[in-house]
Amino acid sequence: MGKNLYQKVWDDHVVRQLDSGQYQLFIALHLIHEVTSPQAFGMLKDKGLKVAYPGRTFATVDHIIPTDDQSRPLADDMAERMIQVLVDATRENGIEFFAPESGSQGIVHVVGPELGLTQPGMTIGCGDSHTSTHGAFGCIALGIGTSQVRDVLASQTIAMDPLKVRRILIEGELSTGVTAKDVILHIIRTLGVNGGVGFAYEYAGSVIENMSMEERMTVCNMSIEGGARCGYVNPDETTYRFLRGRERVPEGDAFDTILEKWRAYASDAAASYDDEVIFDAVDIKPTVTWGVTPGQAISIDEVIPDPDSADGLEKQLISDALDHMQLQANQPIKGTKIDVAFLGSCTNGRLSDFKQVASILKGRKVSPSVRAIAVPGSEKVDKAARELNLHLIFEEAGFEWRKPGCSMCLAMNPDKLKGDEVCASSSNRNFIGRQGSPTGRTILMSPIMVAAAAVEGKVADAREVFGLLR
Amino acid sequence: MNATKITKFNGKGVYVKGNDIDTDRIIPARFLKCVTFDELGPSLFYDERFDEDGDSKGHVLDKEQHQGAEILISDTNFGCGSSREHAPQAIQKFGLKAVIADSFAEIFHGNCTTLGIPCVTMDKSAREKLVALMETDPYAEIIIDLEELKVICANNIFDINMKESARKAFLAATCDPLDNLLSATDEIARIAAKLGYA
Repeated sequence: MGKNLYQKVWDDHVVRQLDSGQYQLFIALHLIHEVTSPQAFGMLKDKGLKVAYPGRTFATVDHIIPTDDQSRPLADDMAERMIQVLVDATRENGIEFFAPESGSQGIVHVVGPELGLTQPGMTIGCGDSHTSTHGAFGCIALGIGTSQVRDVLASQTIAMDPLKVRRILIEGELSTGVTAKDVILHIIRTLGVNGGVGFAYEYAGSVIENMSMEERMTVCNMSIEGGARCGYVNPDETTYRFLRGRERVPEGDAFDTILEKWRAYASDAAASYDDEVIFDAVDIKPTVTWGVTPGQAISIDEVIPDPDSADGLEKQLISDALDHMQLQANQPIKGTKIDVAFLGSCTNGRLSDFKQVASILKGRKVSPSVRAIAVPGSEKVDKAARELNLHLIFEEAGFEWRKPGCSMCLAMNPDKLKGDEVCASSSNRNFIGRQGSPTGRTILMSPIMVAAAAVEGKVADAREVFGLLR
Repeated sequence: MNATKITKFNGKGVYVKGNDIDTDRIIPARFLKCVTFDELGPSLFYDERFDEDGDSKGHVLDKEQHQGAEILISDTNFGCGSSREHAPQAIQKFGLKAVIADSFAEIFHGNCTTLGIPCVTMDKSAREKLVALMETDPYAEIIIDLEELKVICANNIFDINMKESARKAFLAATCDPLDNLLSATDEIARIAAKLGYA
């Protein structure tokens, strides 16, 4: 019997079993940012401890950094202080810091892969739940709390219970206008927001095999929204092609050596799984959320669910979600008026996202009633997009082209919804208050669907708006 | 190891109703702007408790009979969403010591355990009965006994479940694993060297 990737990576990185029954797991790559990590350095200081493996931790700023004026000191005093604490702590401890204007700053989950820091077979920890993104490279990539950030800094290890593995096979071929974002929204909608609790998700099947690395990252990114602790894709030629030549990837003979190591991590053909779920690509349509969890999603052609179709607490959840969203049961989601269009985030803020949207947005205009922002995921994404003049296409259409950061995904910087504005968003969470206003409303969707909503001023089917089916 | 072993948690309960209560609701992102966790208590469930002018919306946590509550009770998938430790930190700083729910999101559960907040689960029907008892007498004391895996309230005894590793950590006073992790420095170095990470 063979092993799956999760078992191989786990076995390689286990230091020992602890008395509690948990395992001590070595973390190969630790990524930190300004929101969940400064406190950990304080904890370390209180205990008189030093960073054990400074060369295995990398820092950047993304959550609170403004996307317009990033000049220091920042206008927001507390944001400035948080960045300064991180700058000082990384300097004191000899940790590499990707500062704004360095050419390498960006959302931590965009930066790791594009530099080639993220490599197959690694265990990765970061104080951010969307660390699951890195699983696209065949990693066990875990979101961790601040005390665990402290644990990694002090020992390069965490204490953890082993996970079960569910293989999710998506077979067939996606139809035109159906994207990686629709795939993951469809999976979460079907398996539920807590369906993955206790599991690592292995995404496989022809749809995943045919995806680019950036598409695989979109899928893995939202594993956490399905309740899974992490999600991964087995490394293959697409992975190795993506990594070859990246800044932090070995070259020449050293690359060939590491490549052999990477290949060996892929799940064996005879590997066993704790569970398996199969999806047929033909069932996946452009998908959007109507409620306040990522699982409250429907395809663009469906009507909004009726609380009367459910019982008990579920009925109340639907009804509360509709109240917050100010939506009516049994009505189409298509045509829902929007106020803001947000394109970006660690889910969909990579070059391919902006390229895809630019290819259909050219010559179109954002509806005058819509405020639209495009926020590249990193300085490298920004630079590459500018070299292709993509920013001009966005600006001509009426989008603001911003500087890199998490921006309106969680609205810790000045990019926020106002009042009960509705946002068509390429991000990952539609929780109440997520985009900075307690009464703000978020509708999650793919980048091309955000573009369609921006142009129409309402939720629309990108396939119709941009004539993709012709 | 300096930690004190605590295996019994008792106090008044408060029921925050709802499935999938996410970390953005527990502590909205704007309150994550801090360099220590010390001041997070008052911001717990802020947007559910206060309107835009900062006036109380009459949330259950602010009702007179629940002042000083120490046991938080909720429904399924409590704490889903972000890995922000600010969420359990806010719960603890607010004065809540333990959480009972039908199920928990994993990262939240792990963060709670590290901070010494037990997360225990109950059968749905038992949990509903517990909530009913509390509604009859909001001042009734709830006792969570991790050794016996029981909850006691108003002469009723209920079975509870707890993730085994978390329970062991409470029983051995090793909720915070750091000292334990640091005791394996040589083994860690060996793994690092073996994998080429040294």
